Amino acid sequence: MRIASLEKTTHPVLIFWIIAGWVGYCVLPWYGVEKFWSLAWLLDGWPFDKDYAPAAALLAMGQKLWLAPMALALIAPLAVLGRRKSDPAFAIVLIAAGAFGFAWLVAQGLGIGLRGFSAQWLTTLFGPLEDRQFGMGYGALITASAFLFLFTQGLAARGAVNGDVFVTAAIGGVIAVVTIFVFFPIAKMLLAAFATDDGGYSIVGFFPKFLDARIWGLGCLSGARCGVAWNSLVLAVLVGVLTTLLGLAFALVLTRSGFRYKRMLRALTVLPIITPPFVIGLAIILLFGLSGTITTTVAGVLGIEASRWVYGLPGVLIAQLLAFTPIAFLVLIGVVEGVSPSMEEAAQTLRANRWQTFRTVSWPLMRPGLANAFLLGFIESMADFGNPLVLGGNFDVLSTEIFFAIVGAQYDQSRASILAVVLLGFTLGAFYLQRFWLGKKSYTTVTGKGDSGVHPAMPTGLAIPVYAIVALWSAFTVLVYGMILYGSFVQLWGVDNTLTFKHYLTAFSVSWGENGLRWTGSAWDSFWTTMLIATLAAPLTAAVGLITAYLLTRQDFAGKRAFEFGTMLSFAIPGTVIGVAYILAFNVPPIEITGTGLILVISFIFRNMPVGVRAGIASMSQLDKSLDESSLTLGANSWQTFRAVILPLLRPAILAALVYSFVRAMTAISAVIFLVSARYDMATSYIIGRVENNDYGLAIAYSTALIFVMLAAVGLLQLLVGRTKIGRRTSHGEGH
Amino acid sequence: MTSINAKAASVRFENVSKVYGSKVTAVDSIDLDVAAGTLVTLLGPSGCGKTTTLRMIAGLEMATKGRIFIGDKDVTKLPATDRDVSMVFQSYALFPHMTVMENVSYGLKFSGFSKAEAKEKAFAGLGLVGLTGYGDRLPSELSGGQQQRVAVARALVLEPQVLLFDEPLSNLDAKLRRQVREEIREIQQSLGLTVVYVTHDQEEALAVSDEIVVMRNAAIAQKGTPRDLYEAPADSFVADFIGEANLIPVEISALDGDTATVRIADYTHRLPSRGLPQGRAMLAVRPSRMRLMAGAGDGVAAVIDKATYVGSRMEYTVTAAFGTVFAVLDDVATPFRVGDAVTISFAASGPVLIPAGQRS
Repeated sequence: MRIASLEKTTHPVLIFWIIAGWVGYCVLPWYGVEKFWSLAWLLDGWPFDKDYAPAAALLAMGQKLWLAPMALALIAPLAVLGRRKSDPAFAIVLIAAGAFGFAWLVAQGLGIGLRGFSAQWLTTLFGPLEDRQFGMGYGALITASAFLFLFTQGLAARGAVNGDVFVTAAIGGVIAVVTIFVFFPIAKMLLAAFATDDGGYSIVGFFPKFLDARIWGLGCLSGARCGVAWNSLVLAVLVGVLTTLLGLAFALVLTRSGFRYKRMLRALTVLPIITPPFVIGLAIILLFGLSGTITTTVAGVLGIEASRWVYGLPGVLIAQLLAFTPIAFLVLIGVVEGVSPSMEEAAQTLRANRWQTFRTVSWPLMRPGLANAFLLGFIESMADFGNPLVLGGNFDVLSTEIFFAIVGAQYDQSRASILAVVLLGFTLGAFYLQRFWLGKKSYTTVTGKGDSGVHPAMPTGLAIPVYAIVALWSAFTVLVYGMILYGSFVQLWGVDNTLTFKHYLTAFSVSWGENGLRWTGSAWDSFWTTMLIATLAAPLTAAVGLITAYLLTRQDFAGKRAFEFGTMLSFAIPGTVIGVAYILAFNVPPIEITGTGLILVISFIFRNMPVGVRAGIASMSQLDKSLDESSLTLGANSWQTFRAVILPLLRPAILAALVYSFVRAMTAISAVIFLVSARYDMATSYIIGRVENNDYGLAIAYSTALIFVMLAAVGLLQLLVGRTKIGRRTSHGEGH
Repeated sequence: MTSINAKAASVRFENVSKVYGSKVTAVDSIDLDVAAGTLVTLLGPSGCGKTTTLRMIAGLEMATKGRIFIGDKDVTKLPATDRDVSMVFQSYALFPHMTVMENVSYGLKFSGFSKAEAKEKAFAGLGLVGLTGYGDRLPSELSGGQQQRVAVARALVLEPQVLLFDEPLSNLDAKLRRQVREEIREIQQSLGLTVVYVTHDQEEALAVSDEIVVMRNAAIAQKGTPRDLYEAPADSFVADFIGEANLIPVEISALDGDTATVRIADYTHRLPSRGLPQGRAMLAVRPSRMRLMAGAGDGVAAVIDKATYVGSRMEYTVTAAFGTVFAVLDDVATPFRVGDAVTISFAASGPVLIPAGQRS
C-alpha cells in the first residue's frame, strides 16, 4: 500500500521551497523595510522603488548586480524536479545549488555594506565600489531559507540521517539560526576586542588593553582599588559557596527531616523565576540603605551615625544570595533526592549509625551535585547586572563596567568588548568545568524504577544548625518580600512614611477621555511593549527549544555532541555579553535590526532557548522511544510522528517552556538594557531608569505589579498542566 | 465486510553487518532467507544481535554493509516510513493519548485510505483480535493482554508485507503467554502472513515457528525447523540453548555406514554418526533421555548428588567419572536418594553426536 518516496517524482516540499525561493527573489522587497510587520511598502512605489524593489527588479534596472548569481542557484533545482530522489543527480544538484546560493548570499551580505566593500582587501582586489546596500529584508530572508532547505533536502536525498527530510531540515535550521544569532555576534564582539582606533585590527593593541590595571589590578591588597575582574571573581566565588551551603540546608530540611510545612519551602523555588533580579537590590536599600529601616534603627539604638556600608560588596553579596539561593536549592533538591534511599538503608543495615551513614554514604554521593550548584551560582553571579547596578556603589564588576563602557560618555566599543571577553572567559570556563568534569561524575541514582524506601533523618548534630540557618534565612526572605510590598505604598522611604497609592497611580492610571479609554500612567508604554515582546518570544522560544530537544534525544547524526554544546552554550553567555555582541553585530548590514522590537524578541529566543531545550529533553526522555519507532513503522514520517505523537504527549513541557520563557522575557534586564530603544522600552529597563533617578517608590510599585502579573502567569500554568495530566495518567505505552 | 488480507513477501539478507561506532559489531555478515507466508523466529541470548536484525528489517537501523530485500525490492537504504513492514513492540508502544480505535487506524491515515475505509479496516482488525467494542477506550483502560492485542491489530490492519514481533510476550504473565502465542500463530497461519519474531525463550520459539534462527555473538549459529534444532543441534551451543542438554565427552570407536559406536568409559552406545569422523566427539543428551538404574549394570556407574521433587517428575544431579549430568525421570513413586549408586544409560533415540571442542 505504501509507495516508497524514493520512487516518486513529485516532491511537494521541494516544490514549496523552490517557489519560496523565487517569491523571495522576484516578489518581496530584498532589503529591509522600515517596519517589519507593516505592509505600507506595497502601496509605496513597489516593485520599482529602489528601497522596496525585489532583487529581480533591481537587476532589471541594472542595480546591485552582485545579486545576479543567486538566480542560477534558483534555476538549477528546476532541472531535477522530475527526477527520482534516488537519482544521484537529484542530490548533487540540490546540494550544489543550495550551498552556492546560501554562501553567495552570506558573502555578498558581509562583503558589501553601507560604504561599499566592507573590507580593505576587497577594495584592493576589485577596485572601489560606488554602490552600497542596506540590511536584508523579507526577500533575502525567504530566499536564504529556501537555499538552506534545498541544501538539506539534497543532503537527505544522499542518505543523511536515514534520508529524513524533516530531520535534516530541522538540524540545518537550528544550526543556521544559532550560528547567526549566537556565534556570529560573539565572533563580531571578539573581533571588536582586537579593533584599533583607526578601524584596523591588531593583536599587539589588544594585550595592553586586555591586561589593563583597571581590569586586573591588585591595588586593593594595598588599600587602593582592585581591578573589576577580581571584584567579579571574588563576588562570584562567595556567592557560589554561600548559595550552595544555603541551598543544601534547605534541601536537607525538605528531604531529611520531619518538617511539616514542606510545601511552603517548595514555593520558595518559584520566587527567583518571578522576581526581576534587581528588585532584591531595591529591598536591600529599603532595609540597609542610608535611610533604611534597619540602618536607622540600629544607628538610633547604638548612637552611631548611619553609613552607606551596604553599597558595595556587602550589599551586592546579600542581594545575590537572596536571589540565587533558590536556584541552588532547585539543583540540590534533585541531588539530595537522587541519592537512592536504599543505599542509605543498606548502610544502616551494615551497622552505620545516622551520622556515619550521612558522612560515608550520603555526603560523598552528593558531592558532585554540590560542585554543580556552586558553578551555577558562580555563573549567575558573574552574569548578574541589576543588583550590582543598584547596590554596587564603588564596587565595580564586569557586567556593570561593560554597560558603562557602552552607554556612558566614554562609548568605547573596544573596551566593552574586552571586558565582555573577560566575562565570557570566566563563565565559559565554569560552564566547561561543569559539563566535562562533573558531567561524568554524577552519582545520582535515578533509574526510573520505583525505589521504595525513605531517606533517613539528619543526625541531630547536623539538624540543629541546619534548622537554625533555614529558619533565619526564611524569615529574612519573607522580610525582604514584605518590604517590597510595603515599600510600594510608602510616600518617600525614610523621609515621609505615610501610606499612599500615589506610585501605583503614577504608573498605572487610566482615564476616560474623548477617545475612550486612555492609558495615562507612565508605565503603560513599557508594560504593553514588554507583554507584546514576551508574548511573541515565548512560543518561538518554546518551538526552537523543543525541536532542538527532539533532535538531541531522538535522532542520531554526525556532530551531535558539538551541536548539543553549541545550543547549550548561550546558557553560559551572560546577558550583558549578548547585549554588547548584538549591538555590535546587528547595527550594520547585512542584518540591521537594532532599535526594533525584533532584536528584543530574537535576543529572548536565544537567551532562553536552553531552558526550552532542557524542559524538552527532560520530558522527552520520559517518553519511550518505541512510541516514535512504532509510529514510523506504521508509515508516518518523522514530521507526522513529531506532530501526532510527540507534541501531544509533551503538552506539559510545552506549557512550562511557554510560561517560563514568557516570565524570563519579562524579568530579564542584562541584555535588554543594551537593546531597548525609545520606541521599544521594556519594563525592567524603565524601572532601572527610575532607580537611577532615585524614584524608588515608582520603581518598587512597578516591580510589585510585575511580580503579581508573573505570579498569575505561573499560577495559570500550574492550573493548566494540572488539568492536562488528569486525562492521561498512564505510563507511556507500557501499562501493566 | 472489509477483511484483512496478507500481501506476504519474503525477506532476504545478503551478507548484512551492523557496526555501532567503529568497534561494536552487533550483527556480523549474516545471510538470511525468510520465505513468504512463514513464521521465522530469531532466537538467542541477550546481546546476540537478534533485535538489531529485526530492527534492520523494519528500517529502524540501517545496515552498515550488505543488502536487504523485501520481496524482490532492495530496501537497504529505505527508512522505516517507506518500508511496507509493521512491528509489534515489546512495550506495545500504544500511543497513550489516543483511543484504541485511533491507535489502530493510525497507520491507515498515512497510507492513503479514506476515513470510512480506515474505520472499516480498523474495525475488522479489532474483530480479528477479539476486541470489537473496545474502540473508544484508552490504552490505560485495558489489561496487559488486551493492550498486546491492540498492538497486533494496529500492525495487522496495514496488511504489511512483513510483520515483526519484538519479544511480544515478555510483558505478559506465564498463563497468558501460552494463549497469546497460540493466537498469534493462528492469525499468522490463517492470513498467510510473513512474520519475523524475536524471542529469547526457546520454548516459545519451538511452539510458534516454521523455522528458527539461533544467533550467537552477532552471527547465526544454526537455522532449521524446531524439530531439526531440537533433535539435531549443530553444536554444543545450540544443543544447550534449545532445551537443556548434557554434554558428555565421548570417543567414536567405530563407524559402520551412518552408524557410529561411541564409548564412554566401558559403556558403548550406537547412534547416527552425522558425518563425524572417528575420534573425540561430544554426546548431547536431553535430561529426559537419560536412563538411571539402581545398582550396577550395563552403563556408566554414577552416584546421585541431588534429588529434587518437582511434582510431575523427579530431577537428579548425578556424578559419574566423566563429570556431572542432569536427569529428569517420570517415576516419582520410588525415587532415588542422595548417595544411591546408579548406572547411567541413554534412551535409544534422542542423544545426538556433535563435534568436540566447541564449548560456548
